Order: sequence, then structure tokens, then C-alpha cells
Amino acid sequence: MRMEDDAADVTAARGGDEDAYRRLVERHSRNVFRLAYRMTRSEHDAEDVVQNAFIKAFRRLEHFESRSNFGTWLHRIAANCAYDVLRTQKRRQREEPLEPDPANPEARALPSLGPSPDRLAESADVRARVARAMSRLSPLERSAFVMRHDQGLSIREIGVALGLDTSATKHSIFRAVRKMRVALEPVSEVAS
Amino acid sequence: MNGHLTEEDLLLLHYGELVDAEAAERHLLACDACSAAREALLGDLAALENDAIPERGDDYGAAVWARVQPGLRPPTRLFGMTPRQFAMPAAMAATIVLAFFVGRVTHVAPPSPTPPPQIVEREVVRERILVVAVGDHLEKSRMVLVELSHAGNGKRKVNIAAEQQWAENLLANNRLYRQTAVRAGENKVASVLDDLERLLVEVASGPSELTAEEVATLRKRIDSGGLLFKVKVLGSQLRGRERAPGHDASPKVIS
Ligand SMILES: [Zn+2]
Repeated sequence: MRMEDDAADVTAARGGDEDAYRRLVERHSRNVFRLAYRMTRSEHDAEDVVQNAFIKAFRRLEHFESRSNFGTWLHRIAANCAYDVLRTQKRRQREEPLEPDPANPEARALPSLGPSPDRLAESADVRARVARAMSRLSPLERSAFVMRHDQGLSIREIGVALGLDTSATKHSIFRAVRKMRVALEPVSEVAS
Repeated sequence: MNGHLTEEDLLLLHYGELVDAEAAERHLLACDACSAAREALLGDLAALENDAIPERGDDYGAAVWARVQPGLRPPTRLFGMTPRQFAMPAAMAATIVLAFFVGRVTHVAPPSPTPPPQIVEREVVRERILVVAVGDHLEKSRMVLVELSHAGNGKRKVNIAAEQQWAENLLANNRLYRQTAVRAGENKVASVLDDLERLLVEVASGPSELTAEEVATLRKRIDSGGLLFKVKVLGSQLRGRERAPGHDASPKVIS
């Protein structure tokens, strides 16, 4: 059982067992990367987030409540790291939307607008559309959406993490969903 | 429930955060239009799971570990202190800030038109403790900025894991002091703390291994807009304020 493995490894890692922490890193890296990429839309930034999240989690291991789920706790730390990265980028790029990562051709490919008989091509099209729509959200909208939708954090918890009040947090999520639904519209038309 | 459900209602209902979920469910049973709108929303939300995310192979965990492990080394001492000793514990900083505001509230609404001298005296003490704490915080931040701007000394790869940890420790108190300064109307203090916070976040959340070019960029960020200079000047102004005898209860730093 993965959760039981985690609990034993966390206890050992707290006691200074580096090998136990290595196991936690190896077990959770791919999922943390997915979360980091979903938020930052850049492989380079996502790799930084992954590395920092594991270093931060290690330093805070004594604050981890042993009854809770290590994966959930780690993902929250990673989401905060990703948001910090987005914020500093926003300052650098002056609110410009993030461009899709050129290293990820699928995200870069323009979705074909014509109907496609090939279901595989259609699902690739949806993926590309979602990727583009995600890239065009503001850092705040994307962070709030991923925290709510992927991680299941409550609106209140997201507000605390992002430094927003409840109403501003709700509206960031609403805006994110609205924009992404608009981006999906042509797909649904094609499908029907 | 009167009227149809909005997209926002349906979304909150889906996430289990709609206040009157029961009434909404009852409406959905009776209303085809809202029912269809919910179906469409859930369909789109499911489609949003199909995100194009680059794949990572089976050896990814080992590769991450190779990058993470050097950052786990025991904290380096700076100026003879561990990072934990270096920054004031967040709980202590919070207590100082809280005491400051409690003092302010009694000052804003005194029980009598002129507060008795011992209340004014107590408030001056509280304010002074906060000024000392912020001055101390700025001095420590200055030391880290100096350390960072000298990092590497022309080496090709520079490890700033230790500086990152100091930055992270300073960050929590910086946020607290910045918010306090904003609420207290200390705009100049708030503005310097805001610039400082951005840099601390950048250092704490960036990579631990920097190339020589990245160090040069960081140094430019520290020097640009005179951040190091501003931190130094404000720090000494606050120390001056702390020494000034018989200072009034709400002194402002002159900009
Ligand atoms: Zn209805």
C-alpha cells in the first residue's frame, strides 16, 4: 500500500534516514511534475518547482501531521511553489499571457478546426485546445482552478494560499472555467 | 429556489461549495434546462482533464532525487547563525505586530478624550518594539542581499541553497511586517518591504543551482532600483527613530 509506505518512509526520513526520503521523492516525482506543469505550462519552470517542492517538504517534515496524506501535503507545497514562480514571471512579463512551451509540440500545435473522422486525432485536438486555453489563463486564474479542480482544496483554503478573499477566489475560478469552456466550444460543435 | 441556476451555482454545486445545495438539487429534478446545463458543464469539466502534459519516464524519480539530494544538506551557518536562529521566529514577530495593533485600537477609541499618560507611554513602547523588529529584519535582509550579490565570484555553477533557506526564513516575517506597515499607513516602509519581498520570493522559489549569467542577473536585480541601498537607508532610519528620545507615538519616516 502506497499510503502505508509513505507513512513509514516519512517517519524514517524525520529520523534522518535519507534513503527513506529518496523513496518518497521517487514515488511522487511524476505526479508533482504533472501538477507543476499544469500550473506553470513550462517544462523548465515545472522542473524547478519539483526540485524546490521536495527540498521545502524535507525542511518542513517536522510540521507534517503524521495522520494526513503525504501526497496531499506535498502537492500543496508544490502548488505554492508553482504560484510563486508564476507571480515572479508575471512581474517580468507584465501580464502577458504565457505562451505554450515550445518544447512541448502538442501544446504548440494549432488545433485543427475542421471535423475529423479519426477519434484519436479528435482527442489530440481536445488536448491541444485545453493546453492552449490553460496557457492563456492568468497565473491567478490557473492556480485557483488547478487547486480547486485537480487538488480538491476548498475555496477558503485556496484564498489563504493565494492571499485572496473568498469572493475574489471564487471569481478567479469562475473566470478560468468560463474561458476554458469558450475555448472548448468548437470541439463540442464538431462532435455533435 | 426561485429562477434557474447560473453557471456559477452549478460549478459550486459540483465542487460541494454551494450554500443551498438541497434547493438546487430539487430545482434540477424539476427543470430540464438547468439539468441540461449541468450535463454540459460536467462534460466540459471532464474534457479539461485532457491536458497536454509532457511525459516523464520511469527513471524520472531517480533523476529528481539526484537534483534534490544536494539541497538537503544540513543548513550552512551564516554570520555564525543557522537559518533558524537568523530570522526571528514567525510566532514572535506575530506577537509584536498584534501588540502594536492592540495599542493602536485603544489609541483610536480612548475611553476619555485624552488618554492617561501611562497608555500613551505603553503605546510608544509597543511602537518602538515593532520599529526595532523591522529594523533588525532589514539589517538581516541586507546581509543576505550582500551575500547573494557576491555569490559565486565568477564560478560557472553557483549553489545558493543556503541563501535560499535564509530568504525563505525572512519571507514569512517580511509579509507580516509589510501588511502591518500598509495598515499603519507607513507607505515608504511598505514599499521597500514590497520590493524586498519580491526578491526574497524570487530567490526562495528559484533554482538552487545558478549559472554565472543567472547570478549576474540576480545581482542586477539587487542593484537595480537601488534595492540594497533602500534597505540600508530605511534600516538606519528606523534605528535612528528607535534611539530618538521622547518621539511621538506615530512617527513616520519622511520620504
Ligand atoms: Zn432551471
